[in-house]
Amino acid sequence: MTDDLERLRAALKSGSPEADPARKADDIAAAMSAFDTAFAETAESAGTTQESSIEPRPSNSRPVWGRLIDGGISMIHALTTRAGLAATTGLVTAGLALLIVLPQDTAFGPGTDGAHDLDIDSAPEAPVLLDEPVLAEAELAMDLSSAAPPSPLVEQSLKVEGRLALSRAAPETSVVSRALTADSDARPAPVDVDTEAFANEDPSGVTAVADQPVSTFSVDVDTASWSVIRSSLMNGSLPPTEAVRIEEMVNYFPYAYPAPEPGGAPFATTLGVSPTPWNPDTQILHIGLQGALPALEDRPPLNLVFLIDTSGSMQDPDKLPLLKQSLRLMLGELRAEDEVAIVAYAGSAGAVLEPTPAGESSKILAALDRLEAGGSTAGQAGLEQAYALAETMKGEGEVSRILLATDGDFNVGIHDPEALEDFIARKRESGAFLSVLGFGRGNLDDATMQALAQAGNGQAAYIDTIAEAQKVLVDQLTGQLFAIAQDVKIQVEFNPAEIAEYRLIGYETRALRREDFANDKVDAGEIGAGHQVTALYEVTPVGSSAVLNEPLRYQPAATPEGANGELGFLRLRYKEPGGSESRLIETPIPAEVSQASVETRFATAIAGFGQLLRGSVYLGDWDYDAAAALAGNARGEDPFGYRAEALRLIRLAGSLDK
Amino acid sequence: MTTDDDALARAAGHGDRDAFAALLARHYDRLFAFAMRLTGARAEAEDLTQDICLALPSKLKSFRGEARFTTWLYRVAVNASHDRRRRAATHAKAADGWGDWEIARRAGDAETRDAVGWLECAMARLKPDLRDTAVLILAEELTQAEAASVLGLSEGTVAWRMSEVKKALRALAEEDQ
Repeated sequence: MTDDLERLRAALKSGSPEADPARKADDIAAAMSAFDTAFAETAESAGTTQESSIEPRPSNSRPVWGRLIDGGISMIHALTTRAGLAATTGLVTAGLALLIVLPQDTAFGPGTDGAHDLDIDSAPEAPVLLDEPVLAEAELAMDLSSAAPPSPLVEQSLKVEGRLALSRAAPETSVVSRALTADSDARPAPVDVDTEAFANEDPSGVTAVADQPVSTFSVDVDTASWSVIRSSLMNGSLPPTEAVRIEEMVNYFPYAYPAPEPGGAPFATTLGVSPTPWNPDTQILHIGLQGALPALEDRPPLNLVFLIDTSGSMQDPDKLPLLKQSLRLMLGELRAEDEVAIVAYAGSAGAVLEPTPAGESSKILAALDRLEAGGSTAGQAGLEQAYALAETMKGEGEVSRILLATDGDFNVGIHDPEALEDFIARKRESGAFLSVLGFGRGNLDDATMQALAQAGNGQAAYIDTIAEAQKVLVDQLTGQLFAIAQDVKIQVEFNPAEIAEYRLIGYETRALRREDFANDKVDAGEIGAGHQVTALYEVTPVGSSAVLNEPLRYQPAATPEGANGELGFLRLRYKEPGGSESRLIETPIPAEVSQASVETRFATAIAGFGQLLRGSVYLGDWDYDAAAALAGNARGEDPFGYRAEALRLIRLAGSLDK
Repeated sequence: MTTDDDALARAAGHGDRDAFAALLARHYDRLFAFAMRLTGARAEAEDLTQDICLALPSKLKSFRGEARFTTWLYRVAVNASHDRRRRAATHAKAADGWGDWEIARRAGDAETRDAVGWLECAMARLKPDLRDTAVLILAEELTQAEAASVLGLSEGTVAWRMSEVKKALRALAEEDQ
């Protein structure tokens, strides 16, 4: 086979024609003249500042594929991702939620292929060819038969034969045969079956404190949204608005929050009020939680069941192969007393690996290597089997986790998604938590992933690169797998004497009713060992010119007498892992405004970036450049380069948005 | 001592006309050869090369030296070729084909003609994206990592495409027997 490639190499390199000298001279002259025009324009427009000379594109009049062409930016990003990957070497924290969602678009390569955008244009063209009058019936039939078959490989060879047959049969009708050629190469566009679904809600608006002084939400330590956004941007397009969940973007990054006191509450709270970068008349209230990181050597033994989607759509390199590599990385973090089992589901579900001590890594690796993609997805049967297996592995004081890895093709056999959620939620009571790892793009069912992980008390992460696998499955494994607090809820009561209005940035999908805060039956998010949770409010002080809500005629105006130097009151509720009664932590929030810390500035920059991606109306003329500047000055220590990556993505989004 | 490409490109990106002329002179032939390999037809290759030449000045404004100039240039070229393909598809014209490697065909003895025939068969069999990848890896001798960055894909995807190329060639070989 290598010989074939060598032969192709030799053929391509031999006899390559020389450029025609006259054409060459013409081209060079034309290019020089284009050069003069391009730089003359620059000089005219607003002077030759550095700023204007690096404007990559003249206008936004070109469609998406045009933008792809415009520049090496995404290429640069591809490079930096790999660099970031190499930089993250095995720091062991813990906590892993794997959600693997497998897309279906095997027609042409992996879902991250930038060609997706490109294909949109050509797909509708195919039927036009059928109007060509000169086609012989046989060829037409051939062409039609290739239009819809299930297997892309078969399809491809059919097409080639069809084309050869036609050119042999009708060499003189060259126009038609060329047209057919074009058609048969217009492969069935994967975008046609792009069935990605994202979970999101409308952004929260500005709430008047007089109307509703209390804001309640559940913590969220998922990070999937950031990875999805990165994958879109790296492919040269802005992410779908509904894929942007700001709290997941902000929580993707590690922050330097103080650790909790040993023996106290399982997490420490950091509060800060600072000026808002995009509005001089409002302030940012920054709430940071830092989960305790128990001594790693004391962690209980772990029972892991990998539930792996091996349906046909998983065969792309950024799906099953990436998943295998990712799990291999993770095995290095396990201990000899931990146990691993593997269940594969595709068509029919089956245990690939009986519970095996993690010490027997060669046996586990061999089982991983045997996994192959094929068949459709029997998600529910697989899930039931995984839970049954987890049940058998259960021991006193041990922790059980199911890691579901899929590309989102989680439909066959699930007739009622809500019933599935209920099933997972019931199993949660038995102590087996579920985390979800998403892989690949195309029919990533983000909505189902989120729902399953939330019901399973686990996390949803999206793995697009081996670097992300390292972050999720190695660096943060402890937090993913060992909860230190569950059903963590946050409630902020604002002081009407200090604050006129507030707006919670992000957390739309995590909002809780006020009365649910103290109701221990209402489920909320978990915090894993060493996890951090960051929430940002934009608050408008009383008397600020930025107040949006007009005062009411029949309600008494806020009385400044209540101003006691407290901006509000923070209440946190959490349960010990496995506990059923919640505990309450209460902290007053001082109203004093201070300079934003590095951590606040970076979190705010990311929140602002998310709002830009969502097209928020609250940012005024604050733009990607401003976000990049803010993030750029707040990179902190950033040992793994996550913040540096964020900065590049902000700049890339700024270029794509022009 | 010659100034390196990246320095020239940055200078050109800031309006240095001589630097641009030097860059163009240095890379034109190579660019045309690449266009020829991408399209397989002289007329197409000439048009593509012209497109790239015309677009280069404005694109250079965004060249910031984060990638090597040659890598960057490959990307510009590959994208321009996608662009042409896309436009051609919109008009239901054939730009997706590959063939007409006419110089070698005219020049050649029987053996060369066979080789060219095989090349056309092989390239025609590959989908355009596979063709681009094969040309970058085989003829331009980029590493998978470089090709991945040119194409804006993951290395894994490039590896997968090359395995698809192999498969297609193997299938061709089996038919020939």
